[in-house]
Amino acid sequence: MAELTMIQAVNLAMREALAEDDAVILLGQDVGVDGGIFRATQGLIEDFGAARVLDTPLAEAGIIGMAVGMALNGMKPVAEMQFSGFSYQAFHQIENHVARFRWRTNGRFSVPMVIRMPYGAGVRALEHHSESREAYWAHTPGLKLVIPSGPIKARALLAAAIRDPDPVIFYEPKALYRAFKEDVPDVAEPIKIGKADVVRVGKDLTLIAYGAMLPRAVDAATKLAGDGIEAEVIDLMTISPLDEETIIQSVKKTGRAVVVHEASRSFGVGAELCARINDKAFFHLEAPVKRVTGYDIHPPFFAREQHYLPSVLRIYDEARETLTI
Amino acid sequence: MPRHAVERLGTVTHLSILDETGAVDKALEPDIPETDLLEMHRAMLYGRCFDERMLKLQRQGRIGTFAPIKGQEAAQIGAAAHLRPSDWLVPSFREIAAQIWRGAKPRDIWLFAAGYNEGVAIPEDARDLPLCVPVATQLLHAAGVAYATKYRGEDDIVMTFHGDGATSEGDFHEALNFSGVLDLPVVFVCQNNQWAISLPLAKQTRSKTIAQKAVAYGIPGLRVDGNDILAVWVAAKEAVDRARNEQIPTLLECVTYRMEVHTTADDPTRYRTEDDVAPWRKRDPISRFETYLKAKGLIDDKTLKGMRETFRDALKHDWQETQERIEELDAGDPMGIFDALYAQDYPHITEQKAYFRERLKRERAHG
Repeated sequence: MAELTMIQAVNLAMREALAEDDAVILLGQDVGVDGGIFRATQGLIEDFGAARVLDTPLAEAGIIGMAVGMALNGMKPVAEMQFSGFSYQAFHQIENHVARFRWRTNGRFSVPMVIRMPYGAGVRALEHHSESREAYWAHTPGLKLVIPSGPIKARALLAAAIRDPDPVIFYEPKALYRAFKEDVPDVAEPIKIGKADVVRVGKDLTLIAYGAMLPRAVDAATKLAGDGIEAEVIDLMTISPLDEETIIQSVKKTGRAVVVHEASRSFGVGAELCARINDKAFFHLEAPVKRVTGYDIHPPFFAREQHYLPSVLRIYDEARETLTI
Repeated sequence: MPRHAVERLGTVTHLSILDETGAVDKALEPDIPETDLLEMHRAMLYGRCFDERMLKLQRQGRIGTFAPIKGQEAAQIGAAAHLRPSDWLVPSFREIAAQIWRGAKPRDIWLFAAGYNEGVAIPEDARDLPLCVPVATQLLHAAGVAYATKYRGEDDIVMTFHGDGATSEGDFHEALNFSGVLDLPVVFVCQNNQWAISLPLAKQTRSKTIAQKAVAYGIPGLRVDGNDILAVWVAAKEAVDRARNEQIPTLLECVTYRMEVHTTADDPTRYRTEDDVAPWRKRDPISRFETYLKAKGLIDDKTLKGMRETFRDALKHDWQETQERIEELDAGDPMGIFDALYAQDYPHITEQKAYFRERLKRERAHG
């Protein structure tokens, strides 16, 4: 058991994967000598060598395209995009190839690989460093999309992602990298990709969140508990494929749902959740499903980023409003 | 003959006029009017003082992350000096000296660095694009801007900046190729500062020079001592004239060095030592230019001291003004975050804006 931050937990998962499987390789900009700009790969080049912790030239499409080739030929690449804001420079590789290789070769070739990228606002960063565009990846068939909400889950989910037979986008909420520590077990407790986690049980409404919004949703639930309201909180963990069963079960029980994400509202993950809930639990609903999200604008430069992000108070207010109906 | 050498494809020259001791090659020395020499010196020194001030502000937590320019003043000013106001500047993210040369105001630069969108309010008459964080992406914009200029039969040119790391990106190669194929009036200024965060140039490319990459695209490539203001000035003049008069793009590699951190979020002690940096301290672009100007009798230590003091006072005043503006912005409602997304408002944005206004009241009341 070690008390680790989420970035240390990410590091641990990669260290374990490198030790466990010779086919695993890390590649990206500054992942080697520098140890990654967020220190996700710190110490790994020293222990596993430059051939397995590969500092690449500065080219996102190059990194992903190379990783595709590596995966086609028996390796398990874990590619890092320095910020999700730069992953669009590899968009064609991800959409055209990463997401499709199994399908377009009728199962002959697959590309088991992980693309890690820090995303999200809240760390006072420059332009293009604060967006949450998970919907791009969730909307792309053939990709899996995983988002951890803390150290223990980050370690277990990244381990699962590296073992997965299909490509996984591992979206890391950078606001949580050093936000808090958890006791991470010596041996990872496996978490299956495709499963959500009920982090708090309640009967009055369901709060659904993930990533950096999960702690805020939990805080809102605590605040609601002060009013005698029992909110159930679900951490999606895997955005795609979605764990519909856990969500529907919860909403059938509570009859009310509030979805929280920092990504902009329109055409986002919240919209998909609303649709699924409508499809499968419509007659159990006591109130319309609410979305508490970022606005349909680019995240403002950092002086105003907290105005953009859903606050605990906003989640609480919206939950209260759902309950008045 | 099954195998024979193809024609000589191109020559990459290296130009140096003012060496690190401040000694000048008389045969190559350009005839630059004294007032222009002094103006360039002033801009370089001001750029240095501005950068130092900005680093302090960042370390004090008053502004956010930025990319210092220390050591790269000659590469920026020597190139930008040839731009007319109607020419275009398409920067990357490490060209503060060039941006100030073009008229960017300290207050706006600092507002941007402090995280306020108000800092990127570029004046209507300025043909300057905002700094560009995604690496190499701006180079294609430069090509497009140049195409439009040429299409309209204007003789304005485009100068765009990038680093050595950018030459690994596809966009760099596409921009050079498009500009070559379409005969576009663009000058690509590469500030080869030897480092892309932690990666030294040798891990970025097997090419001996960056300038030689131009050869593959059939356009001229020039390599200069980027810490030598006279060499940069001469080479950039050649490139700008060629772009303006012949619509031929040029890749101008300025060999320089990133004396500071990549950005203020970076820790270079993880990947380079003082031994790497030390030789470059002696090659400082400003001190060698000052030696040259002193030998010409254009400046002396007293004027230099006076300039530094003037800059320091001006920067202090500018920061105070910036701070007042920040206080004013913080006291107001940040409704501007909803502006300028589209040319017109749409109902969903208007609705969200109204909701946000109510939220502001509620959040503020709640403290």
